[in-house]
Parts: sequence; C-alpha cells; structure tokens
Amino acid sequence: MAANLALGGQTAETKRRSLLLEAGIVIAIALFLIVILPLLLSDFRLNLMGRFLALAIVALGIDLIWGFTGLLSLGHGVFFTLGGYALAMHLKLQIPADASSQLPEFMSLYGVTELPWFWQPFYSFPFTAVAVLMIPALLAGFLGYVIFRNRIRGVYFSILTQAATIIFFNFFNGQQKLFNGTNGLTDFQTLFGAKVNSPGTQYVYYVLTIIFLVAAYALCRWITSGRFGHLLVAIRDDESRTRFTGYNPTGFKVLVFAISGALAGLAGAMFTLQTGIISPNSMNIAFSIEMVIWVAVGGRATLVGAILGALTVNFAKSTLSEKFPDIWLFFQGGLFLVVVLFLPSGIIGWLRTEGRNLWRSVRGRNQVATYPSLEEDAEVEYERQNIGD
Amino acid sequence: MAISILDGIFNGLSVGSVLLLAALGLAIVFGLMGVINMAHGELMMLGAYTTFVVQNIFKPLGAFSQLYIFFALIAAFVVAALMGLVLERGVIRYLYGRPLETLLATWGVSLILQQFVRSVSWVLVVNLALFCLLYFGGLWLVRKRPDFEQIRKLAIAVLLPLSVGIALTVGSLLGKSFGLTATKPWFGAQNVDVTAPKWLQGGLPIGGYQLPYTRMFIMLLTVLCVLGIYFFLNKTPWGLRIRSVTQNRNMSACLGIPTAKVDALTFALGSGLAGVAGCAVSLLGSVGPNTGQNYIVNTFMVVVVGGVGKLVGTIVGAMAIGITDYVIGTGMLSTLFTAIQPVSNFFAFFATTSMAKVLVFVLIVVFLQFRPAGLFPQKGRTVDA
Repeated sequence: MAANLALGGQTAETKRRSLLLEAGIVIAIALFLIVILPLLLSDFRLNLMGRFLALAIVALGIDLIWGFTGLLSLGHGVFFTLGGYALAMHLKLQIPADASSQLPEFMSLYGVTELPWFWQPFYSFPFTAVAVLMIPALLAGFLGYVIFRNRIRGVYFSILTQAATIIFFNFFNGQQKLFNGTNGLTDFQTLFGAKVNSPGTQYVYYVLTIIFLVAAYALCRWITSGRFGHLLVAIRDDESRTRFTGYNPTGFKVLVFAISGALAGLAGAMFTLQTGIISPNSMNIAFSIEMVIWVAVGGRATLVGAILGALTVNFAKSTLSEKFPDIWLFFQGGLFLVVVLFLPSGIIGWLRTEGRNLWRSVRGRNQVATYPSLEEDAEVEYERQNIGD
Repeated sequence: MAISILDGIFNGLSVGSVLLLAALGLAIVFGLMGVINMAHGELMMLGAYTTFVVQNIFKPLGAFSQLYIFFALIAAFVVAALMGLVLERGVIRYLYGRPLETLLATWGVSLILQQFVRSVSWVLVVNLALFCLLYFGGLWLVRKRPDFEQIRKLAIAVLLPLSVGIALTVGSLLGKSFGLTATKPWFGAQNVDVTAPKWLQGGLPIGGYQLPYTRMFIMLLTVLCVLGIYFFLNKTPWGLRIRSVTQNRNMSACLGIPTAKVDALTFALGSGLAGVAGCAVSLLGSVGPNTGQNYIVNTFMVVVVGGVGKLVGTIVGAMAIGITDYVIGTGMLSTLFTAIQPVSNFFAFFATTSMAKVLVFVLIVVFLQFRPAGLFPQKGRTVDA
C-alpha cells in the first residue's frame, strides 16, 4: 500500500517535472524563433518561415484526426481556405471613407452595386475573428455528423472529404461576383490601420503565428493526453470494440474533426496575412493531400512530428522546386512512396525506435531489446528497481 | 420537347458510360482489395497517350490507318495492365490491410506518372532501363548467395547508389552526344490530340439533332466491356476465384486459392480497363498529363454510390450520376419547371457544369443518409460491414 502511494506520488511528481520541462523547451524554441531567427534570415526567408509555421498549425489539426483518431481527411484545404477567406473579406472591407466606391474593387468590376448580405458582418473584427475559427469548425462538424452518423468511415470518409474539396473549389471558382472567382481575394491594404505589406506588420504577423502555433500545440497536447485522447486512440485502433464498451464514437469523432477544422481555419487566416492572397487554388485536391504527407513525414501521432514534418517538407519543396522545377513532382511522388513504404512512423517515430537502437549499436552498447513500451513504462521501471530487493 | 428529352437521355447515358468505363476497374479492385487506387486516373491517361502513339505509328499506312483505334484499344489495355501489375507487385502488396496508406502511396504514384509523361525522353527511358537492369539484376545475382539475408542491407546500400550513378552518367553522356534528339521530351507538357478515325466522325441525324458516332462508339465499347467483365467474373475459373476472395479472403486462402495471384490479376485487369477508358476519353477531346485528375473524384463517387457488392451497383451508380449531372448542368430542369418560379430559379442557379457537381454531391450525401453502404452493399454479418 505504501509502495503504491509512493509510486503514485512519484509518477505525479515526474509527470509535473516533465511537463514543466516540455513547456520550457517549447517557450525556448518560440523565443528563439521570435528573437534570434529574424536576425539570421532575410525578410523573404523569414516570411517563408512564417507561412510554413502557419501551415504547421494545419498539420497539428491533421495529426489530431489522422494520427490520433485514424480519420484520413483529404479535405482540409477547404477549412484552410474558408478561414483564409473569412479574414480576407474583413481585409477587403477596409476601404478608406473618402474612396469613390464603398465596395471591394472587384465587385464594381463585375457590376455589383450593393454589398451582398453575408459580407456585411465582416465589417466587424470580432465577428471575423470568431468566423475564422467557427465557419470551418461548423462546416467540419456538419460534414462529420452526416458522415459519421451512418458509420461511414475509412476510405469512404476520405473520398467524401475529397469530393467536398472539389465541390467547394468549383463553387468558389464559379462565383465571380461574390468572391472574385479564380483570382481570389488579394491586394489587401490595411488591418487596424497598419499597412498589411510593410515589414514591421509582417513581423507582427510572424510573431502572432508563432503564438498561435504554441497555443495550438498546447491545445492538442491537452486534448491528446487526457481521457479524451485515450478515447480517440481507442477509436483509431478498434472502433467496434470502443462502441461495445459503451461509448458512441460519433460525437467524439465529430468534435475532434471540428476542432481540427478550426485549427485549419486559423492556419488559413495566418497564411493569407503573410502571402497576401487567398484563392480557390488552395482548395485543389493536391494541396489537401500534401498536408497529410507533412504529418506522415514527421510522424503520425506525435505532435512535434507534425510541426517538424510541415516545416521540413515545405522548406524542401521551396528549395527543390526553385532549383529543379521540372522534376519536383518526381521528388514529391517519391516522398509519398518512401514514407508510406519504408518510414511508416515518420522521422520522430524512427528516431524513437530504430534510430535509438542504431545510436546504441554505434556506441557499442547493444542492449537486448524487450518490448519497447515496457522500457518506457514508469511502473515497470519502478518494479525493476524495487522488487528485486 | 421530345427532341430535347431525347438529347438529355442520350447525352446523359453517354456521360454515364464514360464514367462507368472509368469506374469499372476501380470498383472491381475496391471490392476485392478494399483499396482505392488514386493513380487510376493516371492509368487512364497512360491509355490515352498509348492511343496517341498508336495513331502516329499507323499514320503512314494509308487507308488501313483508319482501323488504328482497335489496335489502340488493345495496346492501351496492355500498357495500363502492365503498369498496374508493376504497381501491385511493387507497392500495393506491401500495404495490405492499410487502405489509407495505400491511398497516399498511389497518390504518390499518380504524381510520378504525371511528371513522367511530361518529361519522358529517350534519355529518361535509357536511364530507367539501365537502372532497373543494374539494380534488380545485381540483387538477383546477390540473392543466389547463401548468406543473402545477412548482406541484404549492405548489398542494397552498395547497389542503389552505384546503379543510380551509372544510369545518370550514361544518360548525360547520351544527352551530350546525341543532343536534342535524345533529350527532347516525347510529349511535353502540352496536350496532345487524338483524331477519331474518319468513320467515327460526324453523327447520326435524328430530326434537327445529331447523335455523334464517337459517343455511340463509346457506349458500345462500355457495353462490350461490361459484358466481358460479367462473363469473366461469372463463367471462368479465375472469375470464380476473384468472386470468392471478394466475399471472404481468409476462407478462400484456406481453401487453396492463391490470393496473391488473384490480387495481382485483378489489379492488372482493373488497370487495363482504365487504359481502355483512357482510349475512349481520348476520342472526346485533347489529352494532357492532367487528364486523369478530371475523372478521379467522379469515379470514386460512382464506387461510393454503387457499393462494392455487385457489378450492377457500379452500372446503376455511374448512369445515375452521369444523367443527373448532365440534366442539372444543362439547365433542363429549370426549363421544365418554368411554371413554378422559385424551383426554376433554384435549378437555374446550378445550371453550369461546375455548379451541377455541387448539387450532385449534396444529393450523394443525402443518399448516403439512407443507404450508407451504397446501392448494393456486400451482405454479411461482420461488425465492420
């Protein structure tokens, strides 16, 4: 009994300590990105970094549903773009009071005389801020509900989300008068009176992106570590069994899909601020699947892996496609194959298992491997140390 | 009025039959292996490019050249089937029971195939052939040694960079000595055009309207393919094996059916059908590296609506989607409902090709609320069905 208590106390203590350590590392990295990196990189590279950090937020969302819950969404481009459009609409409505027309310029071009009703609320920033998160979340929730309610899952779910991507792509492409069609919304002027394109403002957006990324990481960490997280993993590993244990997976799946959609919307908004354009092009099929491969490269079901994967793949993409534009698709296709066939648990997963073994054998300390999770289990470790005496 | 309805039915059927031809192979493979092949569209594209090549080979033959389409059909089937076989043996068989990973892997293959037709040239072909010869030949030689399992990793680590290096060097030497003849891409990024044979140009006049012969040819082709597949699945020993593995893989394996062979055969067959579909599509318009992308989502929807149990599900699904898509897209419904203004306006809003897809998708999602497993689901007692 006493041993048990001691064990409980010890794990709680180590848990708290490792949490503090993790928080410390995260804050240190964030500070590094905010303070030191701008000194090292050119404005252009820093802007790229900011965009990729925004993409890392989507990657976190994908990891939440794919890595932890086992739902492969091929439609996150939709949520991403909707978030982007919500913010872009607010930006397009920042029209100086003395301007000749109080409409975004493309509307006058297409002969629209009155602002469409659903543009009206986007005059208000608080509404926009909520919309950036809620529109994608509600859409994801609705879509998730009608799909999961009928126990449609696996490949079917993936195909349906992909079809949804095409649908929204077609819809936004076709609506010149409402959304400027293929060209998308661009040419933003001011936000809160600050010029969107000036380096100073861009730095603020960069810092904001990092803060949001840290917040998203904390949220995902909190979600996945508690009972809810265990339930998600249970749904991933054996949904039928979870159902037989008395849980209804539908609600949980809908909720996590909606959260993931909201993260994608946030990422889309930050991405739009830093690229200065949002167009239906980011709803094409390829982009949504690319998002999945970021997570796969970094490591499924590891949050750090998702962020790392998004950054690595995107930097590789921007350097490689600058240098070899012709054969970039070969690289990308090869990446899909290599990751799926040879690196199923991604970089982080590889480091945790085989990389560690390799390191040990290099140092000549070839340990006899037992079941890997046993090695990491605190209780097993405790018993090994104490039961022997 | 009668003419416009006839036109609607004919065109809807024709759109549906292209869809059916494209979805047939996909549905069979999905039914058997639970795998959605994202590279299916690219296999169609390969078929279309094969048609283009065959057409150019037949051009100097004079009157005989008008028959190229029949040879092109066979060639497209064979090329796509071989590609499918390579895909199954090289990638998909390692991913059994992981359908989502298969989705990603086949997407990677589709990207590679798209870029391949853009940049394929003699140098690339020589490169590839040389690499395969060196690498796989080398592995084959090493495999004969008794201690192969121990030196496997070492052998790969030596052979892979060596064969890549040799292939690239030879390729660049070739490029330098022969210049543009060796490095010029065969097709390039532009679209290529297949001209339908003379006897398929024009159409059958009915009233003031013409039924194009190419469309009728495609419908005929679809009917023949469906009949052929039906016969193959129901009347031949291999068809029986395919059906039994579709129903219960483990039990079939226990009864001595070579499931690996069945998988490879089915995948090749499905891919071959994609090739035939590509040949048909090439008659309708010009063909480019992205041709396949236009078809994948629609064909996936056919599989979702049709269910995986029966061939007839695919047929009904394809026709339903094809006809609905066409009828909404051309705005026929809005003219039918002119008496009721709001309904007419509603349909008029969706009366473009892209907006019709929006409405069709909504209809599919509504349909799935009632039949989540499609029109003809696989019957069974498993929980996961």
